[in-house]
Amino acid sequence: MTAVAPVQEAPATPPAGTTPEPTRSALRIAGRFCRRQPLGTFGLVLVLVMSAAGMLAGWIAPFDPEENDFNAMMEAPSWLHLLGTDQLGRDIFSRLVYGARTALIVGFSAAIVGGLIGLVLGVTSAYFGGWFDLAFQRVLDVLMAFPLIILALAVVAVFGTGVFNVIVAITIPLIPRCGRVVRASALAVREVPYVDAARALGFGHARIVLGHMVPNVVAPFLILLSAFVGQAILAEASLSYLGLGVQEPVPAWGLMLQGGAEEYATTAPWIAVFPGLAIVLTVLGISLFGDALRDAIDPKLRER
Amino acid sequence: MHRYIVTRLLLAVPTLAGAAALVFVLMRLIPGDVCVIRLGSGGTHVNQAAVEACRLQLGLNEPLIVQFFQFLWSYCTFDFGISMWSGNPVSQEILIRLPVSLQIAVMASIIAVLIAIPLGTVSALRENTWLDHLVRLVAIAGIATPSFWLGIMSLVLVLDITYLATGKPWLPPIDYVSFWQDPLRNLSMVALPAITVGYRYSAVTMRMTRSAMLEVLREDYIRTARSKGLLEQIVVNRHALKNALLPVVTLVGIEFAFLIGGLVVTEQVFNLNGIGRLFVQAVQNQDNVLAQALVMLVVAIFVLTNLVVDVLYAWLDPRIRFS
Repeated sequence: MTAVAPVQEAPATPPAGTTPEPTRSALRIAGRFCRRQPLGTFGLVLVLVMSAAGMLAGWIAPFDPEENDFNAMMEAPSWLHLLGTDQLGRDIFSRLVYGARTALIVGFSAAIVGGLIGLVLGVTSAYFGGWFDLAFQRVLDVLMAFPLIILALAVVAVFGTGVFNVIVAITIPLIPRCGRVVRASALAVREVPYVDAARALGFGHARIVLGHMVPNVVAPFLILLSAFVGQAILAEASLSYLGLGVQEPVPAWGLMLQGGAEEYATTAPWIAVFPGLAIVLTVLGISLFGDALRDAIDPKLRER
Repeated sequence: MHRYIVTRLLLAVPTLAGAAALVFVLMRLIPGDVCVIRLGSGGTHVNQAAVEACRLQLGLNEPLIVQFFQFLWSYCTFDFGISMWSGNPVSQEILIRLPVSLQIAVMASIIAVLIAIPLGTVSALRENTWLDHLVRLVAIAGIATPSFWLGIMSLVLVLDITYLATGKPWLPPIDYVSFWQDPLRNLSMVALPAITVGYRYSAVTMRMTRSAMLEVLREDYIRTARSKGLLEQIVVNRHALKNALLPVVTLVGIEFAFLIGGLVVTEQVFNLNGIGRLFVQAVQNQDNVLAQALVMLVVAIFVLTNLVVDVLYAWLDPRIRFS
């Protein structure tokens, strides 16, 4: 990895000895990423497969995920039921495919909404500085003192369970985690002359924050976002497993692990194995992709 | 150094007060009246007079701001109230369950450090070899695996193995006995949860150790040490590891507090009567008094651990103390 031109747009100072290539297409960037980051590409493929499964669940799933078949309870994997059936005779493969939809909807919505709010708040705080920034930091300190799952559970206690409330519950703890990282990056951007220039030209605060500062902290933000999606999927699975997340009959991976997993350990272990594998593969894919993204974007870590 | 500790202590106070305010507001936003829930089982007719008496007893008729200051004052005097659900003092409910959670948390931390630091170091020293790739894969799998599923899988495995071996499935005991009373029984109960939580915990620490080690190994003084002809062992242990472990110490401290949060789900899997499980029950029963006490406990542990970590860090690295 020598003389790599910046993959990401407009870093403050391009590495020495590189020539910017403004005409490079998205396709070539993707090609370069695949060659340089085989593990990251593998992760991306995993995520894409899961997303496709979630989006096309209606076509892929051979059975209705909510349909009980009491003549086919706890059947071992076979050609008819690829991954077997659960204690209510529901097809596990179909439930996994629909569960992918739930997991990815919750994961991506919570990560994106929480991340964007944190992004704007973090940059705003760094931009204004002074007492506003101090107060913002104290609020972050308070929110960061709550472990993610504890705060999410407290929010669920207030708003109740269900897909939408779970998204809200996971979004809230992600905001300060994003705000802190983005603020630190934005503090450096704030000292750059073009921000002063924008102010001298009489641009409004909103225009400077959103148009000039936010685009320049996009790199750390994207890395953070990929980690958030994984965290959000894990949090949703945990909440659902506790019975305080997504509710039956909506198919969700955490819910599939709830109850019975140990009970049927000797008779039908597939009930507990496959939903967990689905979670692991999805989060693994996102983590691998996120790591590769970090290596590709962050020039400081690039030589590793 | 003393001044540094005092400053850090003073900074912890607003954090705790803010957390208390947040918890108080959250718990008061919960729809539904605990007295109605407690008295009317399953939506049947509730005696209005009894509900009124109950509200009066729990102080729910006072203005919110009065309730908040009462709440703050009682916490300052270590009075955490009476559980709305069981009627026992909250401190008693927590104290019964604290030992098992703390034991798992401490054991998981020890397991995590014992796995993470050697593996992370080896991974950095053998960068880009198959060993390095293997360690990194183990670490990233640890981050991707929910500890509750790992717990379920280990239980399934134990059940299956004991079933095949003896014909009778065996599960770890679920009633807590302290280590000093019956070490074997105690360990057979907490070993699996400690390992499952510890593995996940080690994953983050492993990655941190590796990257910190890689950074230090590129420093000039490492090259100097090597060119002096020092034994590689001394270079690694005395020059590299000592400096690389600084950020790792911070991480281990911070993660310890979050471990307590992670126990919420793991205790459910293993049917352990710890504070994590108590918190889930408190949320399910809408027991505000108990839930807010538990959240405050976790936050207090977090703030205190952070404080200890910061002080430790300043002690280990004089640059921080004097800046």
